[in-house]
Amino acid sequence: MPPALRAPLVVEFPFTRSLGPVQSAFLTGLRERTVLGVRCRDGRVLVPPVEYDPVTAEEIRELVEVAATGTVTSWAWNPRPRRHQPLDRPFAWALVRLDGADTAMLHALDALEAAAVHTGMRVRIRWAADRSGAITDIACFEPDDGGAVGGEPRVFGGEFADAVSGIVAPARLDYTYSPGRAQSRYLDALAGHRTVGERCPACGKVYVPPRGACPTCGVATAEQVEVGPRGTVTTYCVVNIKAKNLDIEVPYVYAHIALDGADLALHGRIGGIPYDQVRMGLRVEPVWTEGGRYPDHYRPTGEPDADYDSYKELL
Amino acid sequence: MSREPVAVIGIGQTKHVAARHDVSIAGLVREAAQRALADAELGWRDIDAVVIGKAPDFFEGVMMPELYLADALGAVGKPMLRVHTAGSVGGSTALVAANLVAARVHRTVLTLAFEKQSESNAMWGLSLPIPFQQPLLAGAGGFFAPHVRAYIRRSGAPESVGSLVAYKDRRNALKNPYAHVRDPQITLEKVRSSPMLWDPIRYLETCPSSDGACALVLSDTTGARRAPRPPAWVRGGAMRSEPTMFAGKDYVSPRAGQDCAADVYRQAGIGEPRREIDVVEMYVPFSWYEPMWLENLGFAAEGEGWKLTEGGVTELDGDLPVNPSGGVLSTNPIGASGMIRFAEAALQVRGQAGEHQVDGARLALGHAYGGGSQFFSMWLVGSERPDV
Repeated sequence: MPPALRAPLVVEFPFTRSLGPVQSAFLTGLRERTVLGVRCRDGRVLVPPVEYDPVTAEEIRELVEVAATGTVTSWAWNPRPRRHQPLDRPFAWALVRLDGADTAMLHALDALEAAAVHTGMRVRIRWAADRSGAITDIACFEPDDGGAVGGEPRVFGGEFADAVSGIVAPARLDYTYSPGRAQSRYLDALAGHRTVGERCPACGKVYVPPRGACPTCGVATAEQVEVGPRGTVTTYCVVNIKAKNLDIEVPYVYAHIALDGADLALHGRIGGIPYDQVRMGLRVEPVWTEGGRYPDHYRPTGEPDADYDSYKELL
Repeated sequence: MSREPVAVIGIGQTKHVAARHDVSIAGLVREAAQRALADAELGWRDIDAVVIGKAPDFFEGVMMPELYLADALGAVGKPMLRVHTAGSVGGSTALVAANLVAARVHRTVLTLAFEKQSESNAMWGLSLPIPFQQPLLAGAGGFFAPHVRAYIRRSGAPESVGSLVAYKDRRNALKNPYAHVRDPQITLEKVRSSPMLWDPIRYLETCPSSDGACALVLSDTTGARRAPRPPAWVRGGAMRSEPTMFAGKDYVSPRAGQDCAADVYRQAGIGEPRREIDVVEMYVPFSWYEPMWLENLGFAAEGEGWKLTEGGVTELDGDLPVNPSGGVLSTNPIGASGMIRFAEAALQVRGQAGEHQVDGARLALGHAYGGGSQFFSMWLVGSERPDV
């Protein structure tokens, strides 16, 4: 049995976020080196601010300005920063309660070593040189030994010109993907241009691609069954719009193809025939290209079309 | 012990649009929730639990809505659950909430579903490049178009049926102030001459991408008695699922959908859905799914669904109006689309549907499906309280 395959899978997308009034004020404030929070019904000042009161669920819009200095309420040392973290050298993740706020915010604290960090230490914001209205406008916190303690929060009545209304929030997840033994066997056979499915010992259906188990009977499938290479187009559509990430000239035919001996159809592109002459029941065979893991497309075999009754159960 | 009857006493929707840049996601869900509370004349403190549903996480990039949205939904200190069944999620979310009331776990539950498609790209979310796997060669429309072709072949339906559905739903949307796509210049010819995207599906036979939210307040008999407006009573509700692909799967009329409908009818004592049910809000993201679901849901025999559409039966003034709201074809915040169907069904039997009200609607079916035609959720609501 071939070894199970593994490969990196990176899922990455720049989600956009409409900020709404409160986050818009907060992030625009950072751009202007002003830290804004909200005052809740019970008098507490939340920084970063929220749109709705966590206690009463009321909408809260009363913005207050707090100091750029604060106190570390808790922290953890980060000895090996990862890509895209705020600092590229060891630093502390710190919860900092800014002077005038009742809650702490999480950010990086630039300190030489863990021994230099302690709960209760005084810190101040180090502003980023280039600020755009994002949490990264705070480059990090830094020690503020002997600095003045900020005063009471002040009601912020002002408005910023050119307020930030949205941000882009890139998300990225790094996986190691392993398709498992059944698909690894399948791919191994495909490398020799053979299509090998697996038969369910209970219902007798042949699954292509195999999943290692029958989804209907819930039992393991082990018996290898070679199917195809020829098959029948059971149904299809003509794709007239170009999809992102797909380098295929439109129009093209995307079809369900039941390989001879398989009990469900797989998907493929039909070539070697004008798109408007493809039909249900068309007999096709795979066309391989050098180095391709899957057939590049399927083309007509020239056989007579399959009778509808022979594949209607596969629709 | 018998189940507690469940009443829909509050309904709220946002005006669905392509992009709501003026609000955060929290602000969006808040808007729908407040409208539902206002309809029920209740406040946040009257809600015992919150059940929220949304589309797959990558669709708008909120991985833990129950964490991020608790403040906005007044859920702090209360149970908050998240439900996830792909495109059918709006329906199954409402059913989970209804079951909490029926089981007398909670008396009054706020349930809500949302999607801000503008903040992401659902096509991207549907086509992650999984290593070693052959990429799907088409988007959502391309996935469903071959099944539509199979339906046309199986039923012998004339090709014109798809455009009739789209023309109807797009006209209905003009009567619904919350609908997203509203084109007063819509004509049948315009539908028929719109570009063929995934043959046999045309552009105007497909759903839009929308930002929107929908919320319902569900309560028990006591809550219904106190409600200021007539409630919609849940007469039956069910969910069914099946794998995306398996040997013998019928994509045209999935077994899970048939079974789900049969369960709902059994609960409600419905023997002849076509005769007994007054109006249907079904999940039709591509126009041909109307005749397909008419058969799957038991409103027509196999191969006969298109005849109801062609005969005008499903028109707003027909014998069995389907999607008087304009349906998914007119409004599609994916995560919320199923709940909008359930909500619109409830509006009909409450007599609160406004310009798209079906006269005298007493029993209405709300239907949702999702994934590769694999998740189904439905409820039947009525103007009369079920016998206990």
